[in-house]
Amino acid sequence: TQDPALRGQSGPGSGPRLARTMLGQVVLPGEELLLPESAGPNAEGSAEQMLRLGSIVRPRARVVCGPGLRRCGDRLLVTKCGRLRHKEPGGGGGGGVYWVDSQQKRYVPVKGDHVIGIVTAKSGDLFKVDVGGSEPASLSYLAFEGATKRNRPNVQVGDLIYGQFVVANKDMEPEMVCIDSNGRANGMGVIGQDGLLFKVTLGLIRKLLAPECEIIQEIGKLYPLEIVFGMNGRIWVKARTIQQTLILANVLEACEHMTTEQRKQIFSRLSES
Amino acid sequence: MLPKAFRHAPWPPPEVVLYWLGFTWMEMEKDLGPSAGPDADLSSRGFGCSLRHFACEQNLLSRPDGSASFLQGDTSVLVGVYGPAEVKVSKEIFNKATLEVILKPKIGLPGVAEKSRERLIRNTCEAVVLGTLHPRTSITIVLQIVSDAGSLLACCLNAACLALVDAGVPMKALFCGVTCVLDPDGGLVLDPTAKQEKEARAILTFALDSTEQKLLMSTTKGLYSVAEFQQCLAAAQHASHHIFRFYRDSLQRRYSKS
Repeated sequence: TQDPALRGQSGPGSGPRLARTMLGQVVLPGEELLLPESAGPNAEGSAEQMLRLGSIVRPRARVVCGPGLRRCGDRLLVTKCGRLRHKEPGGGGGGGVYWVDSQQKRYVPVKGDHVIGIVTAKSGDLFKVDVGGSEPASLSYLAFEGATKRNRPNVQVGDLIYGQFVVANKDMEPEMVCIDSNGRANGMGVIGQDGLLFKVTLGLIRKLLAPECEIIQEIGKLYPLEIVFGMNGRIWVKARTIQQTLILANVLEACEHMTTEQRKQIFSRLSES
Repeated sequence: MLPKAFRHAPWPPPEVVLYWLGFTWMEMEKDLGPSAGPDADLSSRGFGCSLRHFACEQNLLSRPDGSASFLQGDTSVLVGVYGPAEVKVSKEIFNKATLEVILKPKIGLPGVAEKSRERLIRNTCEAVVLGTLHPRTSITIVLQIVSDAGSLLACCLNAACLALVDAGVPMKALFCGVTCVLDPDGGLVLDPTAKQEKEARAILTFALDSTEQKLLMSTTKGLYSVAEFQQCLAAAQHASHHIFRFYRDSLQRRYSKS
C-alpha cells in the first residue's frame, strides 16, 4: 500500500535508476543504480574477438566501483552521500569508473596517495606517523633518499613528513615511504621548518589537486609561496611573511564555500592591498 | 539557535539547511486514495494529527568528522560522529568497526533511561552501517539533547542518521525514527509532543530503513493490541516517506553549493 505519488518522486525508496542518468546528481546511501546493459558490440567486432580470444569473450564492459559504491549483483549500491561521477575508460566503449564525490573530513588510507603526516614516535628502525586515519602509519628509516644503515635520516618526533602509501588496506597497518620506485625523493621527505599546517575537507583537496585548478593558478599569482597538499586533507603553506602565510591559509580554507565570482572578487582585493 | 561562532563568521557561510515541512495528516489522507485498504481505518478516525516541523543543519561542528542537529517541533538533538577512528584494544573487533553511542542528557548525568536509548540507537545503526569495511576501528556517535518536547528517541535517530551521512560512514541504507502514541480513547498521534506522550495509553517508536521501509528497531511502552501495533507501524511507514524526502532535500541543498 505504498503511496504511488511518493514513490514516483525522488524518494530514496524509489526503484533503481540507470547510473548514466544520475551522473552529477546527489545520490544517497541505499539507492541502487542500474548499469547500462552492454549494448552488445557490433556483430563483426565480436566475431573478430571470438577468433582472437577463442572462448574467452568478456560478456560486458568492465565497470570499476570507486569510493562510495558497492557491487551487488548487476547493480551498484550507493553507500555514501555525494555526487555521482563517472570516467570513461581509455579505450572508449561502456564501463569505466563510477564513484561518489563526497564531502568528508576523515581520511582512510589509500595505496599510492601522497599525504602529510606528523611523526609521533621513533621505535627502533621505524617511525610512527599520524596521517589522520584510524591508526598511525609506519615509515622505515631506510625509505628516505640516500638513507643507509649507517647514514640515518634526521627525523625528529613532531616533524612533518610528505610521503606516499605503499601498503594501505583495511586489514593491515598502513606503510609509507618517502622515495619513489627509482629511489629518488621526488619532492617527498621531511618538510622544512616554519610554514603553517592546517586541515581542510577531503573534497577541497581533491578539487585543488584537479588538473588545471584555477584556484591554485590564481594563488600562485598572489604571493610567491611554497605549498604542499596531502590527500589526507592537510595543507602546508609557507610564504615570505607570516602575514602572507595566514592570508593564504584563510583564502584556501574559504575557497570551499565560495562561488567563482566571490573568489575572483577576493583575489582582486588581495592583490590590490 | 546557531552557535555563536557561526553568527559572526565572515565566510564560509554556515551550511544551514533550514527547511520547514508543512506536512499534515490531512495531506496523507488525500494521498492514500481509495485503494488504501486497511489504512483507510486510520483516516476515518478523523483526528488532527501531523508530523511537526522538521529542520536540520549539517556540518555545524568543526571538530567531529560529521555532525548534525535535528529539530522536530521543539525537540532538538545535536550529534557529532567520529570515525573510522582509533579504537581501544579492549573494544577492538577484528572483523568490523566498533560502534559506540553516547547520549548526553540536557542536565545531569546519564541514567538508566539514557543507557537504554543508547543501546537502541546503537542496534539501529549497527543494522545499516557497513562496519566490515573498516575493521579494527571505532565509530563513535555522541548525541547531546538540547531540548526534549516529545518524540525524543525518534529525533535522536534522525539526527544520528544525518550525522553518519555527513561523516561519510558507509551505510547500506538511511534510517529514520518515528514515534506514535495511542490515546486512551483509541486515537493515533504521530510525532507526539511531551504532553501527548504523558496522556497516552501506549507509546511506540519505530526505526525504518529507506530502501524498503522495513522495521529496524521498535520499542514500546503501554498497552495495545496487535492490530493497533500494525496500524501504528503502517502510519510510521507512511510518515517515513516524508522524512526521507526531507533528508533528500536537505542533502541536495548541502551538495548544491559545491
